[in-house]
Amino acid sequence: MSIQEISLSGRKKLVSNKEMTFLEKMYLIAILKGLGITIKHFFRKKATINYPEQVREFSPVYRGRHMLKRDEQGRENCTACGLCALSCPAEAITMKAAERKADEKHLYREEKYASIYEINMLRCIFCGLCEEACPKDAIYLTISKELVPANYDREDFIFGKDKLVMPLEMAIKNTQLKNSN
Amino acid sequence: MDSTFIIEKSVVILVVFGVTMLMAMYSTWAERKVAAYLQDRVGPNRAGWGGLFQPLADGLKLFAKEEFAPNTPNQFLFRVGPGIAMATALMTSAVIPWGDRLHLFGRDILLQATDINVGILYIFGIVSVGVYGIMIGGWASNNKFSLIGAIRAASQMVSYEVAMGLSIVALLMMTGTLSLKEISEQQAGMNWNVFYQPISFLIFLICAFAETNRTPFDLAECETELIGGYHTEYSSMRMGFYLFAEYANMFISSTILAVLFFGGYNYPGMSWVAENWGVNLANIIGIGALFVKLCGFIFFYMWVRWTIPRFRYDQLMHLGWRILIPLSIINIMITGVVILRGEIFAYLGW
Ligand code: SF4
Ligand code: SF4
Repeated sequence: MSIQEISLSGRKKLVSNKEMTFLEKMYLIAILKGLGITIKHFFRKKATINYPEQVREFSPVYRGRHMLKRDEQGRENCTACGLCALSCPAEAITMKAAERKADEKHLYREEKYASIYEINMLRCIFCGLCEEACPKDAIYLTISKELVPANYDREDFIFGKDKLVMPLEMAIKNTQLKNSN
Repeated sequence: MDSTFIIEKSVVILVVFGVTMLMAMYSTWAERKVAAYLQDRVGPNRAGWGGLFQPLADGLKLFAKEEFAPNTPNQFLFRVGPGIAMATALMTSAVIPWGDRLHLFGRDILLQATDINVGILYIFGIVSVGVYGIMIGGWASNNKFSLIGAIRAASQMVSYEVAMGLSIVALLMMTGTLSLKEISEQQAGMNWNVFYQPISFLIFLICAFAETNRTPFDLAECETELIGGYHTEYSSMRMGFYLFAEYANMFISSTILAVLFFGGYNYPGMSWVAENWGVNLANIIGIGALFVKLCGFIFFYMWVRWTIPRFRYDQLMHLGWRILIPLSIINIMITGVVILRGEIFAYLGW
């Protein structure tokens, strides 16, 4: 068997340059065949997913929107070390560090914390490298069904701490769950 | 001419006008839907149920858009172009017999705006004027792409009109009349002309595609080469008029195909219905039958659009001048021989 005849897909056809017959030259048969193919698609199942009403099924190891975690006592984990920003291939993360005051011990776990923490969701590719880099277990990519809601302004895609930090109620609930286990 | 006659005709004309507009409007919706379905998509489905209000939304959008006019010395022609295209597209519907006649208020109402005895010639005449709309629009746009598109459209329509006219000649030799009404009447029962003149039908169909500038013959506005062809410079409702005229043309040419070749408003069992259920009902079903046929053709137009790629320009001219025209002339000769076979046999002494 020569290399020309091997067909990996099983659909290889040799191109022939033979003269077309009269019937072929009329093209009508070819056109009818084409019409047959297109009409078959007319009755096929549609590939469209009607988005807001219908949601594509997610994989169990899906990486959704980020969340900045709180620990059992409801304190923010992040220490503004900047490793996540460094590891981010899309350069989506920025932050500003601040020093924890004496009366803020119940708010932040570490002595240094992120006073501003922003992720530009238009840049983020949801790779999860920030999560891997974090030494404080502070940032996680959740399995939220909604990645980034549509919006009119570019500014609205820069998510600050108000959108990223885990809500307090959730932290309380998590602690309760942990204690009951 | 009494006043009731005028009222009757006005009503018929208004209804025909309204229906043509409505059909053109919903052809745009149907085109999107058919295109989507043929490509495994679902098409517009947000405005109303199944996207049924989409044409209204489109119209609203076009009206709300800024009317941009290029810096052209021919402002007047630029404005008048879309109007001509639209007017000629709507004028052809005047001679089409939408049904036989209804018996209402003690009068026989002819379901046709006017039954002139040169109906087909009238249609051909108006359709050839339609090319002025495109030509003027393209010329006045002061843009190379528009001009090339317009020239293409003009030469294409002129060439295919010849083949179209010749293909109809064979049919007219058989029917012996130019009135669309009589042609419809002759096809009562299942005597549809397509069974007697299949070649003529095929040529007419191909030419109808070319005349309406639809794919595979949409060289006048091929997006890949000419941006938008003759309506490149148009915006707002002026462009809407061009597009609308195109869909109105498609509707009319589908109707003509149905009337000339597929029996018009006739359907199998029409005489039975007329005897048993009354003439009015039979004719109303007849209107329905005509609409089913012409919607079938409109669907076919769209189906072909999403199947066959565009012709090259020389291929287009080759097909028109060197294949369709000789073919229709041969068809005319064969038809003539068949019609005169008695005399020919007598002459040969068989
Ligand atoms: S998921 Fe990837 S891209 Fe997004 S912020 Fe984290 S590291 Fe950057
Ligand atoms: S989220 Fe983690 S990696 Fe990023 S700054 Fe905070 S502690 Fe450091």
